[in-house]
Amino acid sequence: MMILSGDPPRSRALSIVLAVIVLALLATPFVFPGAKALNVAAKICIFAALVASYDLLLGYTGSVSFAHTMFYGIGSYAIAIALYGLGPNWTSVAVAVAAGLPIALLLALAIGLFSLRVEAIFFAMITLAVASAFLVLASQLSWLTGGEDGRSFQLPELLRPGTVFVGKEWFGFPINGRILTYYIVLSACALMILALLRVVNSPFGRVLQAIRENRFRAEALGYRTVFHLTYANCIAAVIAACAGMLNALWLRYAGPDTSLSFSIMLDILLMVVIGGMGTIYGAIIGAAIFILAQNYLQALMGAASLAAADAGLPLLPGLLHPDRWLLWLGLLFIASVYFFPTGVVGRLRNKPGAPG
Amino acid sequence: MSGIVATDTLPKPKRDVTPLLLPVALALLMLPLIGSMSSWVTLTVASLAMGMMIFIMASGLTLVFGLMDVLNFGHGAFIAVGAYVATLVLLPLASWAQADSLMTNLAVLIPAALLSMGVTGALGLVVERVLVLPVYGQHLKQILMTTGGLIVAEQTLYALFGPQIIPLPLPTALRGSFVMGDVAVSKYRLLAMLVGLAIFVAIELVLNRTKIGLLIRAGVENREMVEALGYRIRRLFLGVFITGSALAGLGGVMWGLYREQVHASLGDELTVLVFIVVIIGGLGSVTGCFIGAIMVAMVANYGGFLVPKLALVSNILLMVAVLMWRPRGLYAVTSR
Repeated sequence: MMILSGDPPRSRALSIVLAVIVLALLATPFVFPGAKALNVAAKICIFAALVASYDLLLGYTGSVSFAHTMFYGIGSYAIAIALYGLGPNWTSVAVAVAAGLPIALLLALAIGLFSLRVEAIFFAMITLAVASAFLVLASQLSWLTGGEDGRSFQLPELLRPGTVFVGKEWFGFPINGRILTYYIVLSACALMILALLRVVNSPFGRVLQAIRENRFRAEALGYRTVFHLTYANCIAAVIAACAGMLNALWLRYAGPDTSLSFSIMLDILLMVVIGGMGTIYGAIIGAAIFILAQNYLQALMGAASLAAADAGLPLLPGLLHPDRWLLWLGLLFIASVYFFPTGVVGRLRNKPGAPG
Repeated sequence: MSGIVATDTLPKPKRDVTPLLLPVALALLMLPLIGSMSSWVTLTVASLAMGMMIFIMASGLTLVFGLMDVLNFGHGAFIAVGAYVATLVLLPLASWAQADSLMTNLAVLIPAALLSMGVTGALGLVVERVLVLPVYGQHLKQILMTTGGLIVAEQTLYALFGPQIIPLPLPTALRGSFVMGDVAVSKYRLLAMLVGLAIFVAIELVLNRTKIGLLIRAGVENREMVEALGYRIRRLFLGVFITGSALAGLGGVMWGLYREQVHASLGDELTVLVFIVVIIGGLGSVTGCFIGAIMVAMVANYGGFLVPKLALVSNILLMVAVLMWRPRGLYAVTSR
């Protein structure tokens, strides 16, 4: 109870689902063979933390930011540029953390102070504008960021797949630097999510919810709403940057498509909405469902598209083509905002008979 | 209670002209920096033309927001759809468009523009009914729903037209430029400027001289009062939404011809630009939107000429500068 900051899942079904996800993530390296399973699991961890930090903004303060991928990208690029420029050692990682997090923090502070003063809608528009400018910058300043190609780099010795810790394989699963990296990612993400739970259940988190419900009233009660919103924006930005760093470490690469693009922003929005806004737990469920679907359903779409083409149906092959994945995502997004605004977590919690 | 008699005319609201002078001041300031008169004229005309096109696209967005407090994040989709619909007419009839006669060119260009406006207007009707109507008054859901709409529209365009860039050559009569001394002014830019000005004047006239305009302006100021007087503001709003969508479609056609190519990512790109313009102008203000569009285009053109690297972030810098001066945009709508 302490570790969850007194905010348990409050539903038996939800607890079971969460437990299954966490156990599966913990056991992935020794249960599911192959590099793809490990990649999917690491991506779920990273996105769970990223989405949880976005939930702090969207779900708890009710402000829509389109700049979350920007902070994610700052983290990714910090690691990539440092390891690429200074060589694959731990000092570079430390430099990346020491440089990347303050940059994200200051930028979030500036955006927050600038645009949270007026209206929520201003914040949404300004973050969209700033994020798109950042994306252009990142792909244009190729001497620094590698442009559209991004930056590939080497990891420190300890984290490389070539580093084998136990001589022989353990039940057929190798124990090497890759597994170590996975567990670093997993534990860092778990820590960040627990920290976010702590934040939203603190008095500070309650003020954020009060602002979401009625900003004017919160201000009348004497809370400096701009300060609280900006603070929340900074926390979310720093955690997003951390998630970006883990992402870069895992992929050994940072580029516009993997860390900055608008479609990632959409993915994040969708995960928050599917999982349930304003719950933090929703982030874990949303990320798990979404990334599993993304990795395993897209293949299905490809097969369906080919089948439709073989059957000579008009239009369907184009619509079902794996590249049109976003189309169905968009439809799903609209439908879930409309029909399930509380997401999976809200559904599970509101089931009659559920405790709490 | 002294001095005011019922027959007195109402005191005129003070006109705020400082923002109007901004583009003029900016243009004059740039003259010595650019140095050459002919480049300055070319750049200024280019800015005005680009500004007018952006204004056509942005005007609907700002009115829709002002009237019903609805921010349509999917506005860019109308722009892209408009451009694509125009290719449906202009490419099959390419022989007409490439004929060396202004009349034949216009005979294909005008129907193309009208068809685009019709299609985007109809799309606006559907979007308003399906996506916006269920979430009136809920900003968060509006943003999410319309963002979803933008994605769906963009992906449908990809699925229908393919991911490649579609070339959209200018009709022959609009190619080339008028040359006066050492100053060259592109014909198409002149046309874009004229169309933009005409639309600005038309919007201002409708808003300031007709009953519908009166209702729209009243609705922007105080929606409930207009409703209480018995007007169906929802229907009025639907009309504004459709008009705004159609204008965005027209803007898309003009932008596609300006760039001489069409691509589905057009919507994304211009959404950001249009947002910046609307923020600079003040959400809900048409005049502000007009000035904002010209300013953005000027900064892009002059900036691109003087410091090409700066052009990447010039819009953001302009927005920051304007919001430092007036946090709610050039012309803040007073009731908000």
